[in-house]
Amino acid sequence: MTLHALTTSGLSAGYGDAVILDGLDLAVLPGRITVIVGANACGKSTLLRAMSRLIAPRRGQVLLDGKSIHHIPSRELARTLGLLPQSPIAPEGITVADLVSRGRHPHQGAFARWTRGDDEAVAAALAATRTIELAERPMDELSGGQRQRAWIAMALAQQTEVLLLDEPTTFLDISHQIEVLDLLTDLNQTRGTTIVMVLHDLNLAARYADELVAMAGGRLYACGRPEEVLTEHNVRHVFGLESRIIIDPTSGRPIMLPIGRHRMATDSRPARSGHPD
Amino acid sequence: MTLPAPALDALIGNRRRRLSRRRLVIALLLSIVAALFALTLVLGQSYTSPGDVIRVLLGEDVPGAGFTVGQLRLPRAVLSVLAGLSFGLGGAAFQIMLRNPLASPDIIGISSGASAAAVFAIVVLSLDGPAVSVFAVAAGLGVALLVYALSSRNGVAGTRLILVGIGVSAMLESFILYVLSGAPAWTLQEALRWLTGSVNGAQLDQMLPLLVALAGFGGLLLSRTRDLEALRLGEDTAAALGVRIARTRIVVIVAAVGMIAFATAMAGPIAFVAFLSGPIAARLPGSNGSLLVPAALTGAILVLAGDYCGQFLLPSRYPVGVVTGALGAPYLIFLIVRINRSGGSP
Repeated sequence: MTLHALTTSGLSAGYGDAVILDGLDLAVLPGRITVIVGANACGKSTLLRAMSRLIAPRRGQVLLDGKSIHHIPSRELARTLGLLPQSPIAPEGITVADLVSRGRHPHQGAFARWTRGDDEAVAAALAATRTIELAERPMDELSGGQRQRAWIAMALAQQTEVLLLDEPTTFLDISHQIEVLDLLTDLNQTRGTTIVMVLHDLNLAARYADELVAMAGGRLYACGRPEEVLTEHNVRHVFGLESRIIIDPTSGRPIMLPIGRHRMATDSRPARSGHPD
Repeated sequence: MTLPAPALDALIGNRRRRLSRRRLVIALLLSIVAALFALTLVLGQSYTSPGDVIRVLLGEDVPGAGFTVGQLRLPRAVLSVLAGLSFGLGGAAFQIMLRNPLASPDIIGISSGASAAAVFAIVVLSLDGPAVSVFAVAAGLGVALLVYALSSRNGVAGTRLILVGIGVSAMLESFILYVLSGAPAWTLQEALRWLTGSVNGAQLDQMLPLLVALAGFGGLLLSRTRDLEALRLGEDTAAALGVRIARTRIVVIVAAVGMIAFATAMAGPIAFVAFLSGPIAARLPGSNGSLLVPAALTGAILVLAGDYCGQFLLPSRYPVGVVTGALGAPYLIFLIVRINRSGGSP
């Protein structure tokens, strides 16, 4: 399989008068998991939107295999590059199977027939996300974690080699967050899907990323292996937060422990009696 | 990630079942349209035997039935079907595209715009025939553009567009009243046509342009079925699936407005047919997939049944728009109450 290379060069973008991305250069590692982190409003979602052509760059460009994505026909691009937005909308009453089959859109012409290949792609996507048992259930009856798996199945049915996800774990409780991130790692390892996602949780980002990208002020601040990027110095600069980094004994990846103004072991104030924390 | 064969078979089986249920719903709607069409031809003030009706339709001269069926009932039934299809299809296209049942052309002023232009063209400019339709289409597109421009601020939000549309619609309706009140020779029936819609006084030779408009614009809309279905997942998802959002939007707006304006120039803005057809079609048991075709057929049923009720089942004769208006208004109130409760778009 040839792996597609997604890069940005000197990418600037924004909404109205606001410039949100300011000359950003990023080369996504093909076949790996890249996680983008940064403070609120640092431009992470905008970067993802620009990389998937939802917004046009002001300057610079987004390149797929060296070709500007704005010069690739939209259906063709949609067969290579998939995106799961932060809050996709499920039409009222739609079943999981129906939703997932919509991922076949770029593979079909305006009046083309549904083929066995389409059925197989949908079934494979349902199997990979363990949503086969849910196939005939309406989306509105599912739990948050199940619903997110169904959306990922839709993106899988699109059969793209590159998959971008904007905060795929928001609104999920911790066990479902892990479930979704494990699922994406499975896809990356078994299908070789290149994954680029924005995550809020730094520790989950460090655990699941092959490549961690930290953004600040619309620019790339640091980029590399998680242990290179998740450092006390970088956290201070990117988030304005004091922290301590330790190593997770299970994954061997760095964990960031924030340091606030209170609740320190060396805190001179006496602990409140009768209230063990 | 290997797939057990039974799971794939079950999936294919379920998809086929959904498809055949959908075909059944469409066939059922089609037969209701045909039945109501036949009823309109056979039974009015007087009864005409089906045999006589068929002979009239074949062009034979049948004493006592030729005028009633050929000149009165047939044009009325044909206009009801064509206008109903146009309103149902155009309305559902808008509702799907803007993902909001309130974003129907008759709520956001497009129908009143077309109606106002038609009245103006007929009363003030003394035009008739296709010229009126051209006016109506231009005004419909103009209003669509105006509402869109007035409601866009950092992108168009659904609720703002609807509120602006309701305001524009109210203004246009008072304009219609103003023009009509300056034309004393006009009857109440004619005034009602331009305010609520009516299929009274239809003539068969006026139906051809409407049929051509429906075929052209309707075909254009139906060719966008898949893109519209993808848009229901939100614009970002649709774009990620390869839909060209801006182009799809323009095609859908032009086609839906064109179709609705042509129908309005003939029958007036038949109240709430565009607004009701999609939601009714969506609630039919077994309804799945694109709503466009079921909504179009539902529109035809609403106009045929509404006109029949208005003529023969109520104590006095009312134009179809009065009947469909009485059906649609409670649903409109229900939706607005729901917006109020949720504080956002329904």
